[in-house]
Amino acid sequence: MNFDFSEEQQMVRDSIARFVQDDYDWDTRKAIVASDHGISRDNWKLFAELGWLSIPFAEEHGGFGGNIVDLSVVMEELGKGLVVEPFFPTVVLFGGLVKRAGSEAQMAEWLPRIIGGEVLGAFAYVERQSRFALHDCQTTATRSGDGFVLNGEKVVVFNGEQADHLVVLARTSGEQSDRDGLSLLMVDANAPGVDKMSYAMMDGQRVANITFSDVALSADALLGEEGAALPVVDALTDEAIIALAAEAVGIMAVLNAKTLEYTKTREQFGTAIGSYQALQHRMVDTMMAYEQSKSLLFKALCEYKQDPAAAAETIHALKVLIDRNGKHIFGEAIQLHGGMGMTDELDIGHYAKRLMMINTTFGDGTYHRNRFIETAFAA
Amino acid sequence: MDTAYSNEDLAFRDEVRGFFEEAYTPELRARMRSNHKEGAEEWQRKLYEQGWVAPNWPAEFGGTGWTATQKYIYETERSLAGVPNVIPFGLVMVANVIMAYGTDEQKEYFLPRILKSEDWWCQGYSEPGSGSDLASLKTKAERDGDDFIINGAKIWTTYAQYADWIFCLVRTDNSGKKQEGITFILIDMKSEGIKVNPIISIDNHHSLNEVEFSNVRVPAKNVVGEIGKGWTVAKALLAHERTGIAGVADVKRAVRVIKEVAAKEENGGQRLLDDPGFQQRLADIEVELMALEFTELRTLATQAAGGFPGPESSLLKIKGTELQQATQEMLMEIAAYYQGVLPVDLDPDALGHEFATDARLSYMYGRAATIYGGSNEVQKNIIAKYVLGLE
Ligand SMILES: Cc1cc2nc3c(=O)[nH]c(=O)nc-3n(C[C@H](O)[C@H](O)[C@H](O)COP(=O)(O)OP(=O)(O)OC[C@H]3O[C@@H](n4cnc5c(N)ncnc54)[C@H](O)[C@@H]3O)c2cc1C
Ligand SMILES: Cc1cc2nc3c(=O)[nH]c(=O)nc-3n(C[C@H](O)[C@H](O)[C@H](O)COP(=O)(O)OP(=O)(O)OC[C@H]3O[C@@H](n4cnc5c(N)ncnc54)[C@H](O)[C@@H]3O)c2cc1C
Repeated sequence: MNFDFSEEQQMVRDSIARFVQDDYDWDTRKAIVASDHGISRDNWKLFAELGWLSIPFAEEHGGFGGNIVDLSVVMEELGKGLVVEPFFPTVVLFGGLVKRAGSEAQMAEWLPRIIGGEVLGAFAYVERQSRFALHDCQTTATRSGDGFVLNGEKVVVFNGEQADHLVVLARTSGEQSDRDGLSLLMVDANAPGVDKMSYAMMDGQRVANITFSDVALSADALLGEEGAALPVVDALTDEAIIALAAEAVGIMAVLNAKTLEYTKTREQFGTAIGSYQALQHRMVDTMMAYEQSKSLLFKALCEYKQDPAAAAETIHALKVLIDRNGKHIFGEAIQLHGGMGMTDELDIGHYAKRLMMINTTFGDGTYHRNRFIETAFAA
Repeated sequence: MDTAYSNEDLAFRDEVRGFFEEAYTPELRARMRSNHKEGAEEWQRKLYEQGWVAPNWPAEFGGTGWTATQKYIYETERSLAGVPNVIPFGLVMVANVIMAYGTDEQKEYFLPRILKSEDWWCQGYSEPGSGSDLASLKTKAERDGDDFIINGAKIWTTYAQYADWIFCLVRTDNSGKKQEGITFILIDMKSEGIKVNPIISIDNHHSLNEVEFSNVRVPAKNVVGEIGKGWTVAKALLAHERTGIAGVADVKRAVRVIKEVAAKEENGGQRLLDDPGFQQRLADIEVELMALEFTELRTLATQAAGGFPGPESSLLKIKGTELQQATQEMLMEIAAYYQGVLPVDLDPDALGHEFATDARLSYMYGRAATIYGGSNEVQKNIIAKYVLGLE
């Protein structure tokens, strides 16, 4: 039994923490979010140089060969800094699909470019009607000659504004909600017939609704087996949820620390508000909520590292707990900051908004409680 | 023990319902969004013309003279129709204070203007160092002949950027207990020496401000109540503010909206509204809401029998704001990915979503309901002390 991080993991953690502290202070982050593209390409290059973009990829493709724990260390630290550069959409989602479903040739083509920071990617999977059921898919890719013709629309595509390439979940056969018949296709975001409506999200991300009108794709656009994408997407979702939970745990730590600090310094009625037992107990509760979230994250990490397939139940539980404890922690953080917590200027509200988006991504607490019940009560 | 409506009550309900349907037009609704000040003023003038702008005022000052039941019916119909409350700072807050404590001259000048929404009011209580501990406020008023000279700063002043007048608590005496030496005074926002600095809130809107006073000259006749007795005046007003914040009728409407929109959301063919976990959470809200509605009626009945609402108003405020936040949270949940959409002017057809922006705005701003009007923690302190007798 050992919950320590390796020396290498500690080094990655320190390196990201140092970056956040030295080069990603609150004003810098605000300026990046407000800039034209909403991210800093220089930062992205730096991330590549520092090797962060290589973490979850195999050494044979130029990666670091990291496991889920390595990935979660990165996500946790990026979360603490509310880093908006698109690590999650590009590395975890886009790269995660290439490494899972890609042929040798596709991996050789894409992974080094991701690792080198040369390509920004996105995974286009949400549709207007789909909510969290990703197999509810109306976007179609129809066989045409050697290749495919893509039609349909994806919405709220993370990094959809900046992505150069998209992996699109599309139906190659079957009915709207069939679990079979889904395929993954690599699409150039600037190809004819691809149109975007870009917009900002409250957590600083840039997303897009993307429509595909008769987009012509060659046969090698297909990523993985035709019609068999859902298991791949489900596997990706598991890893993505753990990564997001790690980010959330990082955010929770920051919110609790900042709130604790504030209550020690803010005085009302002639004494620090942290001296009121009513508030002390509340902060004990948020501390416990954080520790419990971290424990369940560790359980998920241990299980997933051993055998991803065996971690399903814990992953649903994790998403439920992160949702509940996240809301609890950011709610208390805002409340205990009083009027200050309501300002856009203070970072508290921004951490809250990121937690809110994490909660809804790949299914919220309500959704995963149902999946948990299905899994845990099945036997 | 009886809450059945009489035939007159039912006729009144139909009249109110008909009025809202006709008068609160889609154009007005749109204007409220695009230009909140103009929209609110236009709507309040319509209400004035109808004679309904001040249900809680005594008839002698231009109120409706309604019974407690009629007020309740009016409020219920208002929120079911999705019609916003009047801006409370003039019509609800300062008006009540002026009626109770003002001089005849103040009543004659201000009350008709408030009724006609000729002046926009804001509330200058909180200061950077004095939030929950309001009585520690430092904004200083020094006597100079027939005037006071005001120096200091107020913060979180809602709509100060629109305001013609601000009602303020200021310190006229430093020698005694902190609650003594506070004075309630009305200040013309056009006075020289007032500076309004915007504060953007987490809903990305501008409603909050910091208001700075440097050597602002205010006639002493603008004091409401006795000099140095402002704390008594302020507390009476806060109780009014709290009952208003409970928003029971608005929560009822929110529950209805939740049911409507959750019926249209599906996870792979299963309606969200049919999801047992979702249903249970909504049911818990409704159960608590049913009870709160009667808690409110009990408070109204006590009030109708005479006097200002007392510490019970704290209960309404705590429970009401908790329920508001619970419904706001559910709407965000229903909006799923769309809850985060930031621009407020995207075409819903292009975006693919109808209510996400409203959900986000009310959820984010709604975080404040447990903070303003005396935070819920402070309300609990009040109940502990004055209701339970715990020191
Ligand atoms: C089943 C049982 C077995 C026990 N076994 C043992 C034993 O083997 N040996 C032994 O020595 N004792 C034993 N105890 C005694 C136990 O440790 C005391 O009951 C406990 O310390 C609480 O003290 P009290 O009963 O005097 O309650 P009080 O201290 O009077 O507390 C009453 C209530 O006030 C709360 N409270 C008190 N102070 C504060 C504060 N500062 N802030 C917030 N809340 C506060 C408490 O949480 C409690 O809810 C046992 C008690 C029980 C019920
Ligand atoms: C959206 C919004 C609109 C507002 N509009 C106005 C307005 O128009 N005019 C106006 O004058 N003010 C307004 N306010 C200010 C509001 O009344 C104050 O924010 C509120 O009184 C809390 O004060 P504070 O922000 O200084 O928080 P603090 O008093 O610093 O409180 C911080 C936290 O400590 C808790 N706390 C403080 N003391 C205790 C205690 N003794 N025991 C337990 N917990 C305690 C509080 O509950 C809170 O959670 C507004 C505030 C907001 C957020």
